[in-house]
Amino acid sequence: MSVLGLKMPALRLNGLLGALILGSVVLIAIFGPLLVSGDPMALDFAARLKGPMSGHPLGGDEFGRDVMLRLIHGARTSIWIAFFTTCFAVAGGLAIGILAGFLRGWVDRVLMMFNDALLAFPGLLLALGFMAVFGASRQGIIIALGLAYMPVVVRVVRGTVLSLREREFVEASRVMGNSELTTMFRHILPNCLAPVTVLATTMFGWVILAESALSFLGLGVPPPEPSWGNMLSTARPYAGQAPHLIFLPGLCISVTLLGVNMFGDAVRDWLDPKMQG
Amino acid sequence: MNAQPPLLSVRNLTVRPGRTLPPVVRDLSFDIAPGEMLALVGESGSGKTMAARSVLRLLPAPLMPVEGSSIRLKGSELLTLSDHEMCKVRGARIGMVFQEPMVSLNPAMQIGKQMAEALRLHHRLSDAEIRDRSLAMLERIRIKDPAKCLAAWPHEFSGGMRQRIMLASVMLLKPELLIADEPTTALDTLVQRDVLDLMVELTQEQGTGVLLISHDLGMVAKYAPSVVVMQSGIAVEQGRSAKVLTAPAHPYTKSLIDALPRRAEGGSRDTTARPALIEVQGVVIDYPGRERFLRRDPPKRAVHGVDLTIGSGETLALVGASGSGKTTIGRAIVGLVRPSAGAIRYQGHDLLQAGPETARLRARMQIVFQDPYSSLDPRQRIEKVVAEPLLLDKAMTAADRRDRVRAVFEEVGLPWALADRLPHQLSGGQRQRVAIARAIVRNPAFVVADEPVSALDMTVQKQILRLIRALQDKHGFACLFVSHDLGAVEQVADRVAVMENGLIVEMGTRDEIFDTPQHDYTRRLLDAAMLIDRSFGAVMA
Repeated sequence: MSVLGLKMPALRLNGLLGALILGSVVLIAIFGPLLVSGDPMALDFAARLKGPMSGHPLGGDEFGRDVMLRLIHGARTSIWIAFFTTCFAVAGGLAIGILAGFLRGWVDRVLMMFNDALLAFPGLLLALGFMAVFGASRQGIIIALGLAYMPVVVRVVRGTVLSLREREFVEASRVMGNSELTTMFRHILPNCLAPVTVLATTMFGWVILAESALSFLGLGVPPPEPSWGNMLSTARPYAGQAPHLIFLPGLCISVTLLGVNMFGDAVRDWLDPKMQG
Repeated sequence: MNAQPPLLSVRNLTVRPGRTLPPVVRDLSFDIAPGEMLALVGESGSGKTMAARSVLRLLPAPLMPVEGSSIRLKGSELLTLSDHEMCKVRGARIGMVFQEPMVSLNPAMQIGKQMAEALRLHHRLSDAEIRDRSLAMLERIRIKDPAKCLAAWPHEFSGGMRQRIMLASVMLLKPELLIADEPTTALDTLVQRDVLDLMVELTQEQGTGVLLISHDLGMVAKYAPSVVVMQSGIAVEQGRSAKVLTAPAHPYTKSLIDALPRRAEGGSRDTTARPALIEVQGVVIDYPGRERFLRRDPPKRAVHGVDLTIGSGETLALVGASGSGKTTIGRAIVGLVRPSAGAIRYQGHDLLQAGPETARLRARMQIVFQDPYSSLDPRQRIEKVVAEPLLLDKAMTAADRRDRVRAVFEEVGLPWALADRLPHQLSGGQRQRVAIARAIVRNPAFVVADEPVSALDMTVQKQILRLIRALQDKHGFACLFVSHDLGAVEQVADRVAVMENGLIVEMGTRDEIFDTPQHDYTRRLLDAAMLIDRSFGAVMA
């Protein structure tokens, strides 16, 4: 069975399209800077706030830096951050959520108390607080956003675990003589993956946007290094003179999100055993 | 009598999804006279529900009655009515009661409002009149304190009460025809009888015809004078129930009737005393109360001190209504629930003491759950499901395990070709076979079968009961058979224990319990059990 061996042709098409979009964005992020030579920081005042022109196919920004080069290099930053943040939040959330849901009792209570306290803050505000601790760097952003989004994953995972625990196949595993740990890894964890995947793909999108919001506040990827987010935010004062400076990074973010969501839906269906004929 | 036109007349009803696919109902014809009850009987997938839904014109999207079909209510054709006209027929002239009383009432609406909803839609009545009629109807169905009931929410009532309320609100409109789709399948035996008696009472009073949809031949025998037996969309046999069910002409009807559990099938039982395998002594089980803010509700006692002994190789049936604690005892024996007092012993060893010996003995005790849909991990291929218990035996190699799994597949009658299927790709009966295979794969000495057949179709029930019996004869494991289905119990049990409200009220050999019940509750259960040979007693014997 192929990876995208889904039952309904409409879904398969969506999944393929999503994979195609996401794949090309990732490829550009990895290999783009190697294939297209040029320095994204190089200034060319002749191209300042200009639209497409010879030498600068997508025009220049407020300092006359090449927009295409900056988008390609920015893809690397944005995808990198989104990917690792999501992985971090999902891994942490899975561990805490399963622990809390499966062990119940005081472990659950203490973990959930912290978790609910974190959930009470808006994600971005929380990230700002963490940024103050970890500093404005890629790693800092990843940790801060990861911690900020983790409580949502914890909630989803714990809820799923709580409902799974009551299912008879989990009880059957206990009667069989499996230890709690075996039951957890063999029967509970795999059944949590479907809802978490959906959440992860949505989160991928949130993170790209959150990173741009942080950049807007001056806490994101420090300039002059480009990311889609900080390109979008620094372009704001020039929206009237050079709309392409807002439009192009915005388009990149939207198209990537579209791809991520389509791909996520397909992965969800693929992970659902009921969809396999 | 014959000159009177029938209330409902269905002719050549054929329902198919689109033009090319095979019909789900084919050439179905029947009549219902006013005040008469007709039953559509068949297994799941036989088209009985779709046939009934066509009468209301509530078929799911691609399904359509084809041209040439006719459904007439008092002589007027329903299939040619506009959607708007049909809305006036639904509810007002044809009422419907659904299977699941837990979901067919809106949980966010008070009972009074739900009862009023349809009345307001179809009749111009003042609020006071609606209230009066609702009260009168609730009084009629013997609800205590009807005024309070109008202001109550659905969750405050038990399943049986909800089904009565549902019935009341449908009958309030005085429909000419009532469609009851498996109206009591989700209910306990005693409650089942109450609801059906009430339905018969109300419909006879108002001269309402009833189209009963059921898979329970015992119920049909008791309540419905005429019957249509359906198989894959075709009415294979129809006529008076007394005739069709006692002298079936069609092989399918015969197989359905053969599938009914009966004592003879179980054979005579060896009633000599056997060495005790499991001893349950003075067991008390509490469920922790609900957690409130800063405190807990007091625990709820499910089992109030139960003693029982299960001999090796013996089948003890535990019967009782839902909530009687029968399932809890089974779960306590295999270690899923911890008793708050009392002792559970396996060949004298105390199972409530943790330790390596207890863990070893636990592996000798297995359980088969009621619902084969939730007892299998949806992500595990069934070969893995059955092999999983073997992973705990460190001495076995992968090849050993595969051999053992193959052997067990054969024993429970599962084709090896299914080994790499996922649970949802199997039928209910096959899934239950997988669950049984998983339970016996390590040759247990004791198996708890918790309502193992109540989620299955009749003919499949019979196969599974036979399978359990055959496996028991072969391997000699003891079995605690937990069930509310007296028919099945009569067929499989050596001894029977009857439970009511967390206590065993009577225990004896199968023949003692079924032939000379002592306790009042046992008698009531037996009376309510719609065992077909009791309905037509002499004829079947």
